[in-house]
Amino acid sequence: MSFATRAGVVRAVDGLSMSVGRGETVGIVGESGSGKSVSMYSILGLLRGPNVSIEGRVRFNGQDILGRPDRELRALRGKDIAMIFQDPMTALTPVYTVGWQIAEQIRQHTDLTKRQAHQRAIDLLAEVAIPDPSRRVNQYPHEFSGGMRQRAMIAMALSCEPSLLIADEPTTALDVTTQAQILELLAELQERRGSSIVLITHDMGVISEVADRVVVMYAGRPAEIGTRQEVIREARHPYTWGLLGAVPRLDSKRARLVTIPGNPISPLDVPPGCAFAPRCTYRHDRCSDRPPMRGTDHLDACWLDDAEKEQRRAEIEEAS
Amino acid sequence: MLGFIIRRLISAILVMFSISVLVFLIFFATPGVDPAARIAGRSASPAIIAQVRHAFGLDRPLPIRWALMMDHLFIKQDLSSYVNIGSRVVPQITQAAPVTLSLVAGAAVIWMVIGVTGGVIAAANRGKFIDPVIMFIGIAAVSVPAYWLGEVVNLITQGGLHHSIFAWVPPSGYVPITQSPGQWALHLIMPWLTLAALYAGIYARVLRAELVNALNEDYVRTARAKGLSERRILIRHALRCSLIPIVSLFGLDFGALIGGAALLTEVVFGLPGVGLLTYTSLQNLDLPVIMGAVMYGAFFVVLANAVVDIAYAFLDPRVRIA
Repeated sequence: MSFATRAGVVRAVDGLSMSVGRGETVGIVGESGSGKSVSMYSILGLLRGPNVSIEGRVRFNGQDILGRPDRELRALRGKDIAMIFQDPMTALTPVYTVGWQIAEQIRQHTDLTKRQAHQRAIDLLAEVAIPDPSRRVNQYPHEFSGGMRQRAMIAMALSCEPSLLIADEPTTALDVTTQAQILELLAELQERRGSSIVLITHDMGVISEVADRVVVMYAGRPAEIGTRQEVIREARHPYTWGLLGAVPRLDSKRARLVTIPGNPISPLDVPPGCAFAPRCTYRHDRCSDRPPMRGTDHLDACWLDDAEKEQRRAEIEEAS
Repeated sequence: MLGFIIRRLISAILVMFSISVLVFLIFFATPGVDPAARIAGRSASPAIIAQVRHAFGLDRPLPIRWALMMDHLFIKQDLSSYVNIGSRVVPQITQAAPVTLSLVAGAAVIWMVIGVTGGVIAAANRGKFIDPVIMFIGIAAVSVPAYWLGEVVNLITQGGLHHSIFAWVPPSGYVPITQSPGQWALHLIMPWLTLAALYAGIYARVLRAELVNALNEDYVRTARAKGLSERRILIRHALRCSLIPIVSLFGLDFGALIGGAALLTEVVFGLPGVGLLTYTSLQNLDLPVIMGAVMYGAFFVVLANAVVDIAYAFLDPRVRIA
């Protein structure tokens, strides 16, 4: 997945390979610009324009969907694969009622009448715990609070019973208590409907609460992939250690949070070797070659050998 | 919603009142402007001027003169010209108004259709060949002054080609719609197109910019993720939101044109509208006619503004609460 820009071709996502099982929640975590959102947008064909080029393969329910004509992808988008976005303030069209917008999606993918779609919109709003849904359905987005709007977005995303829900930082723009409610709601809905969720976030705390499996991304490349347990308890990549260290913990001995030195690199000057090497405390000679993803279920892209990783991680644990 | 409309109309009436006072003061209380001297003529003696001043009530206090003026203008409707003694102001305006209204309303339909279509096509094909072509035509139409374009149109349709392809274009002038709707439209088609050219150009360019902005909005991404077709996204989502500034622009332009800003087109095509009336009365410094024409113009600008605000409330639900 790359963009042509004035400063040269940017590989926004490079060498990412991941799978999402039925009913599973996969978290994608990384700093801003690490290619989390872009990778998901490209799957759905939401990135368009002459400067975008996407290579690779995307299989959904056993079918190749990448590069299919927009007409076919449209039938998939919103129906089988739905999406929730980061900023609920701007993600709804301001001039239509919330119910109208939900009904629009339902009517796009089903043969329901206007009245039936409207009723379904009310039911959906009730399902995402919006109080007084039959009144709320006729209100405009600006009459909803941020958390309510995100609930409405979720109701809309769920309207056609998608088998995959992609949530792009669904809680980033919300305050902490609302965040927890939204995550709870997502988990609850998933349990009830058995759909798969891809959760994009930069918040390790969110990941540790809901994800079954975790993909850690840096500079458009996967750094580490594994189950939540593996990535959080037995992280193997120095970048993951950095992310974990940056989460505030009540039981920490340290007064200050650990930060990863330096800034995320611009995707324009990703080094030929390990992308994280310029910021990595443990870099050595081998890091000038690009590390492959190694491992069986728990994969990581770091040249340190397993024993050394174990030791380094233990040191960090000890220090915190 | 009803409350909003009523509130808006009341405020429009207040604005009208302020305008009437302001215009009255500008024309009748500005130092150096002596209506009595104007009426009495060039070489009138001070005694005659004093007599005129008394006869026209110009020696009474300003608020009373204002009230008298409004009484003559709106209630008795018998305000008469100071220059052509005996000719009434109100009938002049009511005769001129339908001409201007016909001209502007027809042109407005044309420029809205062309402007919106052009803007949508350009925005939908941004970056492709057709986009800069439409935008170039737009800037060309904006750059050409109406009096020049009108004269060129006259030259072509009334001159060299009048006996071939433009034989159907009647000579300039105005035929009331009540007399013959066909002739009315036929006489106005060239003025309509001339007047519409400028505004179609502006509207196409403004709408394209608005649409391009709207298409980058998050809600368009949401609409794509919903699986809607590009056409539906463009028309129902992006265009719907982009029309809001267009409507306010339209209201202001329409009001100003009805109020007399279509003067150049009226003069070029010999249409006896309000613009022409204002123009001649200004040349003669015919104060009552100017007063009447300005009040008439202000009335339409204020009315158009009120209508725009009400239309706004329909188009943009966020406005209704305020």
